[in-house]
Formats: sequence, C-alpha cells, structure tokens
Amino acid sequence: MALPVAFFGVFFAYPVAAIVVRGLKLDGVWQFGRIGEVLGDSGIRHVLWFTTWQALVSTALTLLIALPGAYVFARFDFRGKEILRAVVTVPFVLPTVVVGTAFLALVGHGGLFDELWGVRLDTTVWAILLAHVFFNYAVVVRTVGGLWAQLDPRQEEAARMLGASPSAAWRRVTLPALAPAVAAAALMVFLFTFTSFGVVQILGGPTFSTLEVEIYRQTSEIFDLATAAVLTIVQFVAVGLILALHAWTVRRRETALRLVDPSLTARRPRGAGQWALLGAVLATVVVLILLPLGVLVERSLDAPGFGYYKALTSDDSGIFLVAPIEAVGNSLKYAGAATVIALLIGGLAAAALTRRAGRLVRGFDALLMLPLGVSAVTVGFGFLIALDEPPLDLRSSWILVPLAQALVGVPFVVRTMLPVLRAVDERLREAAAVLGASPWRVWREVDLPMVRRALLVAAGFAFAVSLGEFGATVFIARADNPTLPVAVARLLGRPGALNYGQAMALSTILMVVCAVALLVLERLRTDRTGEF
Amino acid sequence: MLLRLEDATVRFDGRPVLDAVGLEVAEHEIVCVLGPSGSGKSTLLRVVAGLQPLDGGRVSLDGHDQSGVPAHKRGVGLMFQDHQLFPQRDVAGNVAFGPRMRGAAKAERAVRVKELLELVGLPGAARRRVGELSGGEQQRVALARALAPRPRLLMLDEPLGQLDRSLRERLVVELQELFGELGTTVLAVTHDQGEAFALADRVVVMRDGRIAQSGTPLDVWQRPVDEFVARFLGFDNVVDATVTGQAADTPWGKVPVPEGSAQGACALLVRPAGVRLVDVADGLRCTVAARTFRGTHVAVHLQPGGAPRLEAACALRDAPEPGDEVGVCFDAAEIMVLGGGPAA
Repeated sequence: MALPVAFFGVFFAYPVAAIVVRGLKLDGVWQFGRIGEVLGDSGIRHVLWFTTWQALVSTALTLLIALPGAYVFARFDFRGKEILRAVVTVPFVLPTVVVGTAFLALVGHGGLFDELWGVRLDTTVWAILLAHVFFNYAVVVRTVGGLWAQLDPRQEEAARMLGASPSAAWRRVTLPALAPAVAAAALMVFLFTFTSFGVVQILGGPTFSTLEVEIYRQTSEIFDLATAAVLTIVQFVAVGLILALHAWTVRRRETALRLVDPSLTARRPRGAGQWALLGAVLATVVVLILLPLGVLVERSLDAPGFGYYKALTSDDSGIFLVAPIEAVGNSLKYAGAATVIALLIGGLAAAALTRRAGRLVRGFDALLMLPLGVSAVTVGFGFLIALDEPPLDLRSSWILVPLAQALVGVPFVVRTMLPVLRAVDERLREAAAVLGASPWRVWREVDLPMVRRALLVAAGFAFAVSLGEFGATVFIARADNPTLPVAVARLLGRPGALNYGQAMALSTILMVVCAVALLVLERLRTDRTGEF
Repeated sequence: MLLRLEDATVRFDGRPVLDAVGLEVAEHEIVCVLGPSGSGKSTLLRVVAGLQPLDGGRVSLDGHDQSGVPAHKRGVGLMFQDHQLFPQRDVAGNVAFGPRMRGAAKAERAVRVKELLELVGLPGAARRRVGELSGGEQQRVALARALAPRPRLLMLDEPLGQLDRSLRERLVVELQELFGELGTTVLAVTHDQGEAFALADRVVVMRDGRIAQSGTPLDVWQRPVDEFVARFLGFDNVVDATVTGQAADTPWGKVPVPEGSAQGACALLVRPAGVRLVDVADGLRCTVAARTFRGTHVAVHLQPGGAPRLEAACALRDAPEPGDEVGVCFDAAEIMVLGGGPAA
C-alpha cells in the first residue's frame, strides 16, 4: 500500500496543494477573499451556471434515451446482441476530441446536416448535449442494464401472484431495486458532463464555456494562474461532493439484492410492442452512435487518394515542428508507459484494498477515484505549476505525460481488478495454505490465475484511456511531441480544408486504435468486471 | 497424544466462540465433533489448522506447541465444507497441489495422483475439469487432495453436508473403511448425528463454544448428559420432573424411573420406545395429533389433556389413526433422569 500512497501523494496531493497555494496565497499571505472575488465576477458566474445547467440537461437526456436501451439489453435476447453491446461501449473509450470532431463533421459548419438540410447545431448548445449523450449512453446501459439483467424476474412474478398488476409489480418490486443503480449512473453522467472538456472545447466555440474550459482559457490564453487556481478549487470541491454522493448510492445498491445469472433472465422479444421497442433502441444506436462515427470516417476520406492521410506525413503545415503522423508514435509510447505505471500502482492498490478493511481503507478507495472525477484539467494544471520547479522538476522529462495519464488510468485499473480480487473466495486461499503454500505462493497459485484476465482488461482500459487523454496532456505535452488528441485539437484550431481534413483523418486513426482495443477487451471479459 | 487442545479460546468481538475447550485426539483415532450451527465447531478446526489465531490456550501437535507456526507449516489437512477445489486446475492439478508445495518431483506427484484417485474411486478422472464434476465426485477429489501430502491429522468440515441422502450414507461407509485401512487420524465436524455416529470412534458434542459431552457413539446415544444433548440428538419427550424413589412426578402424571436414579427436581427423558400405547381406560388419555412414517417404525404424536405432547414409536400395523383416543403407559427401562438440572 505504501507505493500507491506515495504515488498519489507526489503526483496528486502535492499538485493539488500547489494549486491551492497558488490561488489563495498572494505575496505570502493567505487571501480567502479571492474566492469571493473570483466568484463575484459575472462572466465566471455565467460559466458556473452554464456548467451546472448543461450537466443537468445532459444527464436527463441521457437517462431518457439510454434507459430503454438498458431494459432491452437486460431482458431481451436477440441475434447480434454481443456486437451491439460492444458498439454502444465504443464511445465511452473514445477520446473526447474524437467525439467532438465526429459531431463537428455531423452537425458543424460544412457538416452532413449542413449539406443536406442547411442545419447547423455547432453554434447551439444542442451539439454539446448530443455529444454528451453519445458519450454516456454506455454508462447508463452498462450500470443500470447490468443490474437489471441480474434481477430475478421471479420477484416480479411473486408480486403478480400476490395480486399486483404488471405495472404495480414493476413499480413496487423492480423500480425500488433499480433506483440506486439509476441514481449511481445519473451521478456518474453528471460528473462526466460537469467536468467535460474536450467536447466543449471543440463544439462550444466562443459562446459556451464550462468550468474546465474556463480553467484552460485562464491558464493558456489569459495567463491568470491565480484565477485558474481558484476555479480549480471550486471544481475540486464540487466533484468531491458528487463522488461522495456516488459512493453512498453504490453502497446502498450493494445491499440485500437477490441476484441471478444474467443469461437466465433474458428471452426473445414477444409481441409487436416489444419488437417495436427493440427496433427503436436499434435505431437510436444507429443514429446516435454509428452515424457520427461514419461521417467522421467519410470526411477523412473526402480528399482524392487518401489526400488527408498523406498530408499527415509531411511536416510543412507549420503547426508542428514535426509531421502530424509522428503524434501516433508519441501517443503509443506515452500510453504504453502510462499503462505500465497504472497497472503497477492500481494493481498494488487493489491488492491492498482486498486484503484489508476498515474506514481508512475505504477512504483510500475513495481517494483513488478522485483523479477520475477531479478532471484531467486539474491534474494537468497541477502538474504544470507543481512539477516544473525544484524539488521536483520534471518539465523536461518525457515521463511527465505518462505520469499524468497513469493518474487518470489508475481508477480504471482499481475498479476492474477489485471486484475480481474480492470475488476470490478467502477459503480458496486457506485451502492452498493448509496444503502447504506460503503466502507468496498462495498469491501466485490462487490469485494470479484468476485475475490474469482482469489484469488484461485493466491494461486495455488504461491503455485506451491514456491514448485518448486530452485534458491533462494538453497542458504538459511539449510542442514538438504532441499526442494524437492534442494534434487533432491543434489542427482544428487552424482554418482551411486541409487542416480540417487532417484532423478528421487523425481522429479516425485514433478511433480505430481505441475501438480495436475495446473489441479485444470485449472478447476477454466474459463476466461483468467493474462498473464502467 | 497427536493433537491436544488446552483451554483453547477464541473471541469474535468479545463474544467467546471457543470457550476454554480442552480436547485430545490420539493417533489413528476418528473423532467427530457434533453440534448445531454456531456452536464453534468450524472455528475449532480452523484453530487447529492455523487459520484462526487463538485468544487464549494452546494447540499442540505431537507434543509441540503450534503457536507461531503458520498454516502451511503445520502438516495437517483440512477438507473444506464446500470443497474449495481450485477452479482453474483440473482434477490432477488439484490433487497434486499439496505434494507440489512440498517440493515433490513431477514423477513422484504423478504416481501419488494416480494412487489417490484410485483410492477414492475415481481412476481416469485426472484430466477432467473440476467444474464438470458432480457433488459426490467433487467430494472425492477434495478428499484425495487433502490426503495427498500425507497429513498427520486430517480434518473434515461437514464432509458430506451438501450431498443427497443416499449418497451420503454410502460415502460414510466408504470413508470409514478408507480411514481404517490407511490408519488416518481424523477430526471431523458435522451437525448430522447420523454421520457422526456412523463415522466416529468418539463423539464430542459442542454447545456455545464449550464441550457438552464426549464419549463413544453408543455412550452418547444411550446416556445424553443433559437436556441440550438429548434434544440435539432428536429426543423431544423431555420434561421437568421431581423424582421420589422409583417414580417421578411429571405433567404426564406419575412415571416410573430406573432403580438408583438421582432424587429431586430434574429434567426427565422418555424415549419414544418407552411410550406404550394401551386402552384408553388403562393409561394417560391422549388424542393422536399426527403420524410420521419413519421407515422402520411410525412416530405417533400424542396430545394429552393439559400437558406437553408426547412422541411414541410403534410398529406400522399397530399405529392408530390421527383423531383416535388412546391410553399411554411408560416403560422405566427407556426413561432416564438427565443431568444439568430441570428443563429450561
């Protein structure tokens, strides 16, 4: 447990502390009045209001669209279900930049809707909201649908036998069992959309700005680090509250539910109503998920003879010091290193969490989740102001980027490993001990074979997350060593069809790499490991 | 003495689960610990195995104090209640696990696996996956796995608990023969008295973390020491009584007791075989409430006026119908005065 704690101390707590100091300590004096000052600014207040408002609406919209999907995945059996499940999960591991770019290609200037009907949404909030639904559809389907599939339908049947009508049985038996999962999913979606960066950065234009985007703007455009620090503190507190609420609902969800094997609860749809529902969900998936990705690919091929892809290999565009295609190599290198770090730290943390119990350990568990919610921008900004001067000057070291990415990847590793490690029956370890295995051999002979698969899944997740990481990386990636998402964002920031097309092409490459990583994972994970 | 427990005490949250237990097991002896769930019998095994630290007292094996000796160095075997076979290994992998941990060479392990699988009646099952074994087969593999490292003491936790009745009865006989042949020293725990009586040289009845009675199966069956043991063995005709001379005052009226019984207030056990059905006029007047067919006999539940129910055992052809009125008289030979004071 010592190594993960040290890691989090140096690369998370220390930068966060540095942010606090930078924001509230001026000329060696604590100035808590700064918080009031910053929050009193009408522009900042507008940003806060918009951040909350769009997160609420995105969450409501996601629930509305994804809950029928959750039901269909939980209760219906149909051909191609596994493929469909993988398809709806793809957006979740897609980099925000890719999502932003894809929606730009769909509803933006010169996008598909613009060409067909003259409809442009990139100047409205709808583009952001739709992208958020696209992104979080899988969160609801996986969290709620996963539990729904394990609820014993016989519970509802028992209620029916006791005289409840079908709707009353659903309302009184299924809904209460499901409610905590819905609440947990809603909070997760709220958290992700509250801290949304890449999507808003690309689709929001100058009009719409969330807290994250504002922090970035204050840092990189206005160079007002103090204000950025105060905003980060505000965001940190808000996210802490949401996460605490989430932990509470998850604990409630784990209590006293009779769960059964999901494969026993699903059956083929019956009757016109159920087939129509299935059709509607399929149509939603096609329009919401496949269409934007399809358009993205189509746009990237819009120049004759793979022109945009070829352009990626030349370094005369002037935006970078190197050819854009080199970003692929950078990304892979960084993501590989980040995966190794995340596996080491996350694996150790998960093992420690399995072996011990108690309040302290639960606190550590929550702490591990923080970087996931606390937003990448906080991490990146913290690295920027904390690790660029003695005692820790890593500014010139390439390891800085993988470290930041690993910090975001560790929660995924822990979440994936923990349920599997906890599921290993303690008495199996005891059986091995009684047969003469020392504690170390018990781990090698009993634990390792069982978690090998989860370890691979965790590695894949960490890799995909690191690959697409944007918020933190954009702060600390050096100009001559951009990662894929950073390169995409820079290309989009420039005018001209060639830059636009290159952004589409790079996004497509990134999407394919992430999707392939995910599909390999889907093959590996047979059971419901983790909650993402 | 192979195994000796002295004042072994374990507390969970301050509540004693094992309360100053003293127990000895000699070499080649088969001892069965019998008790209801929560009586501390599984904890007893875990203490001996080294999986549960003691809060007081000590455990010695072959005269050596085991405090500070970790589970993997004690050289005892434990067969878990639900077997706990390693799911990712096949049958041979499970059986070979113990010898492998003790550094046995590959060829040696193969010989041992073959030998043990034959012993438990599963030759040729070596390459099968444990997931596809039936309950009885899993039990045999678990036994082979526990025996493979040649433990000096084999412990069984509810060895036949989850199997169906006929299989259980067959396996009890097999186990008994096998342990006799191998000369294995066995400490088993179970809540099923039939299993304990069939398997054990000696039975130890536990209650609330303490040993209530210890003796041969016949001894315990014939002379339960107190009301708890009697009721746990399935005797329900236990009442408060006051013994004077060769008779006892009970809610069922005057009941004869054997010569030399302790005098005064006590708990009295009437075995069902000691309840004789006679004419209504000749004994305690009872209504037949229910009958249960027990294979060799019929258990007749009788309701006397204003007194606790009585269970009588009678032959199938003599059994009265529910609703019949019968008389009851008692046979002193099947009645005994229990220790431990009047019934609670």
